[in-house]
Amino acid sequence: MDSNQSSVNSEQLSVGSGQWSLVPGQSPADRRVWGLIGLMTVLALLFVPISQLFLGVEYSYTLRVVAVGGALLGLISGALGCFAILRRQSLIGDVLAHAALPGVAVAFLLFGRQLGLLLIGAGIAGWLGVYFIRAVTGTTRLKEDAAMGIVLASWYAAGVALLVYIQSRPDASQAGLKTFIFGQAAAIVEQDLWLIGGVGTAALLILALFWKEFKLITFDAEFAGANGFRLNFLTMLLSTLIVVAIVLGLQLAGVILMVGMLIAPGIAARQWTNKLEQMVILAAVLGAFSGGAGAVISATAVGIPTGPTIIVVAVGLALISMAFAPGRGLVWQQWRAWQDRRRFAGQRALHDLYHYAIDHGSPKTPVPDAFLSGIHGRSAQRALQQLVTQGQVERRNGKWVLTLAGVETAARQAHNQLLWAVYREYGHSLGLPVINEDRRQKIELLLTAEMIRKLENKLEETLV
Amino acid sequence: MTTTNTAALIIDDLTVAYNSKPAIWDVDLTVPEGALMAIVGPNGAGKSTLIKAALKLVRRSAGTVRFFGQPYEKARRFVGYVPQRGSVDWDFPTSALDVTMMGLYGRLGWFRRPGKQERALALQALEQVGMADFADRQISQLSGGQQQRVFLARALVQEARIYFLDEPFAAVDAVTERAIVTILQALRDQGKTVVVVHHDLQTVPDYFDWVTLLNVEVVASGPTAETFTAENLRRTYGGRISYLEGVDSGQ
Repeated sequence: MDSNQSSVNSEQLSVGSGQWSLVPGQSPADRRVWGLIGLMTVLALLFVPISQLFLGVEYSYTLRVVAVGGALLGLISGALGCFAILRRQSLIGDVLAHAALPGVAVAFLLFGRQLGLLLIGAGIAGWLGVYFIRAVTGTTRLKEDAAMGIVLASWYAAGVALLVYIQSRPDASQAGLKTFIFGQAAAIVEQDLWLIGGVGTAALLILALFWKEFKLITFDAEFAGANGFRLNFLTMLLSTLIVVAIVLGLQLAGVILMVGMLIAPGIAARQWTNKLEQMVILAAVLGAFSGGAGAVISATAVGIPTGPTIIVVAVGLALISMAFAPGRGLVWQQWRAWQDRRRFAGQRALHDLYHYAIDHGSPKTPVPDAFLSGIHGRSAQRALQQLVTQGQVERRNGKWVLTLAGVETAARQAHNQLLWAVYREYGHSLGLPVINEDRRQKIELLLTAEMIRKLENKLEETLV
Repeated sequence: MTTTNTAALIIDDLTVAYNSKPAIWDVDLTVPEGALMAIVGPNGAGKSTLIKAALKLVRRSAGTVRFFGQPYEKARRFVGYVPQRGSVDWDFPTSALDVTMMGLYGRLGWFRRPGKQERALALQALEQVGMADFADRQISQLSGGQQQRVFLARALVQEARIYFLDEPFAAVDAVTERAIVTILQALRDQGKTVVVVHHDLQTVPDYFDWVTLLNVEVVASGPTAETFTAENLRRTYGGRISYLEGVDSGQ
């Protein structure tokens, strides 16, 4: 299980001491996330001057527009994409993006290249797709994934066909429609920034306003319904926001890869935090970084479409997060597992030495090599080395002897185990709270002194 | 209809049908205030559906439901609901305290954010279920029994007059089960009404003073001593359980 919080924090686990403050404090995990958010923001802001100095990038007017546009779009889709992920609707994002294409084409045929209308067309086509999916799953025996597949393929095919038709017409203004498939940084002009900024801000405001409602319906829709929340309205509102995020980002990321821009920042953010608020903010920052950096890189290098570049940055961040995030990160998990194995090897070896010695007379009885190697094999040597370094064990006349410190530690370990055994058997009848902690830890850290005394008394009773 | 009813819940002719197949049929049920009632029946008997229909989570085909004489819309404030644990994604990024506070969202209404008072109430509820020390714990790190207790805290924080629990003891360890039953009995002692969809026939006489036997229709309903009989159980479960004579309550 992931846990940057499962290690014993003795402050937090004082049972029944009523230490809880009413103000949420800053745990180390919190500080880490806010630090990361700060770092990414700083990096994003520094990206421009650094690339100017070291990569010789010329920040012409167009490039500035592109950078801001990309960052805005990344921010919006990163934040809203979190909810798509948590609602397990990441693939609906993909369907919506692909389904938008015929809407763009039709809007162009009717009104020419007016960005606002093109986006509205995209939205309508997307909505028709979602409606079709619901209708199909509701009336036929098809499941949702099949219905999504049908809509995605057929709507997209219609869109491509329409685009090819449009291109065959002698119409200069149709240049740039193809960018909807792969995305193109140059497609953004300053006017678009106002549209994106305005709509985006409205979407984020609505998100903030309905925050607790969205949180509740995403976590437990049934409970929300039972508590009087208008499920239909809220679900539709949230879906609309996601549609808006997708439609806004279409021009930049392209239909094919839009889903990546939607969910990659959220996936990355999830690795770093267990709090929804932090996840959304971090996703927004990571999305902004990916969108901006991707757009700028693709604008400066000739011939690279924007969509893939943004996705490479965003997914790169996600992969790094999945590998290295403390707690959930794979690298950390492996390292912790390795550390645990080492620690327990030492503990176990000490335990075995101690009991062998006692069985043969006193805790100071020398123990032959063969004993431990017989049980633990080759890892015995490593464990013994560890114990020597810790001063628990020393080598005398070819055998292993526990030092005073070693005897003390081993005795305490054995006592701890006895207390755990008493707890397991009598804990409930003694009125002790249920502990679901890692039981390899010291029981004194998990219970109050009075409870330990109860256990000790019980232990004495049973030994008599 | 003009007499003051002390009944916490009155269900009349409740029917729920999916695709012309009845999930529950013509259910008449009265739950007196202060009762601790179990709803039992075989799989597919409609036990969960009954509760969901009462709480308007599922569309009713026919019938009326009154909570303390009021329809659900007006009585919501007094109804607490603990749904099945399996209905939720436990990997959601939130803590036990956060989930408990969600019980108060309904009271806050649109646009208000939960604050210190809500936090304090939520902590109190977590204390009641013995989970105060786990308040900041991410819910995926909780065991099944702990998750169930957090769900219970979320309902308790609403300070309702009647509570509905859907299979609260499913896949929960014995210690937690005992702890939850103690809390439910304490609620009953305070005069609250508690209705529980329950799957374990063995424990019905120990835990509950009232029982309803349901198999799409109500087979029997009333105080456990009179209602939980071999005859009624046979009528509810058909031949599907083997029943030992002389082992049930009081006989």
